[in-house]
Amino acid sequence: MKKVYGSAAEALDGLLADGMLIAAGGFGLCGIPELLLEAIRDSGVKDLTFASNNAGVDDFGIGILLQTRQVKKMMSSYVGENAEFMRQYLSGELELEFNPQGTLAERMRAGGCGIPGFYTKTGVGTVIAEGKEHKDFDGETYILERGIFADLSIVKAWKADDTGNLVFRKTARNFNPPAAMCGKVCVAEVEEIVPRGSLDPDHIHLPGIYVHRLIQGEHEKRIEQRTVRKREDA
Amino acid sequence: MPWDRNKMAERAAQELEDGMYVNLGIGIPTLVANYVGDKDITLQSENGMLGMGPFPYEGEEDPDLINAGKQTITELSRTAYFDSAMSFGMIRGGKIAAAILGAMEVAENGDLANWMIPGKLVKGMGGAMDLVAGVKKVVVVMDHTNKHGDSKLLKECTLPLTGKGVVDRIITNLGVLDVVEGGLRIVETADGVTEDDIRAATEATLV
Repeated sequence: MKKVYGSAAEALDGLLADGMLIAAGGFGLCGIPELLLEAIRDSGVKDLTFASNNAGVDDFGIGILLQTRQVKKMMSSYVGENAEFMRQYLSGELELEFNPQGTLAERMRAGGCGIPGFYTKTGVGTVIAEGKEHKDFDGETYILERGIFADLSIVKAWKADDTGNLVFRKTARNFNPPAAMCGKVCVAEVEEIVPRGSLDPDHIHLPGIYVHRLIQGEHEKRIEQRTVRKREDA
Repeated sequence: MPWDRNKMAERAAQELEDGMYVNLGIGIPTLVANYVGDKDITLQSENGMLGMGPFPYEGEEDPDLINAGKQTITELSRTAYFDSAMSFGMIRGGKIAAAILGAMEVAENGDLANWMIPGKLVKGMGGAMDLVAGVKKVVVVMDHTNKHGDSKLLKECTLPLTGKGVVDRIITNLGVLDVVEGGLRIVETADGVTEDDIRAATEATLV
């Protein structure tokens, strides 16, 4: 079974449909599947719902799909860095479902593990808990959160072998493993596809069972907040 | 003299004990890292890292290495990386000993509001709700009053909550207060500040 495709467009061929739910990896602009997002924009597919921690910036990440009005709804924890997002949200063009960040990650992980719901203390007594089942365990109140079962997962990793085993780099791992797990189909983009056998099996972060299609490409890897310290004089 | 930002951060650092895994919020809480001294403290960044290092030198920024505020940072010899589900698993699971956070309002029953002001642009709660619900000890560091001079320590929060009954200790420019049965208790006053000064600046019940 061949998993490696020649381009993002080829890898997405036959997988896209209007109105679908896509789980995307990444935190801010770190570890986002930037090539697959461009290919989704170019496909013209619309009315998409994205489960993604953030919504990119105006001209990068999911932001490029907001410019073209291909997104109907976002399920996110923080969307502050995107002016077009705010414009569409405030004008009612875009639906937004806020999820606490850990709840969003666990909803993805749970979906990928076949768990339709779980109880958490996060959000009890806040607007997040409104309309959700409450249940007490050992004297503490929890709310029911649902697992996410996405139609498609798109993720970005550092390295892969041709069987789809993935290795991430530093904090670019973030939402990518749980996002990959919760989709019916997962497409991964990586910086380098290495020969089978050259990754240490003990060092695989996400086994290839979760990855169905794979591309290698050049990544811009934009930095959102460049912060540095001064070198002290020797 | 009430405490300034650095004095508040220095006081907050006293809350940390040797060996603790800690999550620091944005703003004054970030400064706490400058005052941990010889204590063996491991900082968590909830986007997936334990052992967060300082900002990189110019030219050494790595787009794959950022903190929860999306700023470029560095790793340490103790650093470990993991995914967001595990990161919030350790938060929700009570493995993080303390979170030091900023706030807009704290109520006398420990309710915390720090994520949205109705009518203003809502950016989202990020990981704040998970942190306050999950970590063992929540310490709030904030000014005692807002820019209009109104108390930020209230009988009840007026803003949408981040968490209910979650705050353990509040460090303000005027002193240190604990959330206890029936209200807040003054634990310490800033240099030159009296308990009466704190009473005058506090709406919450003091016990």
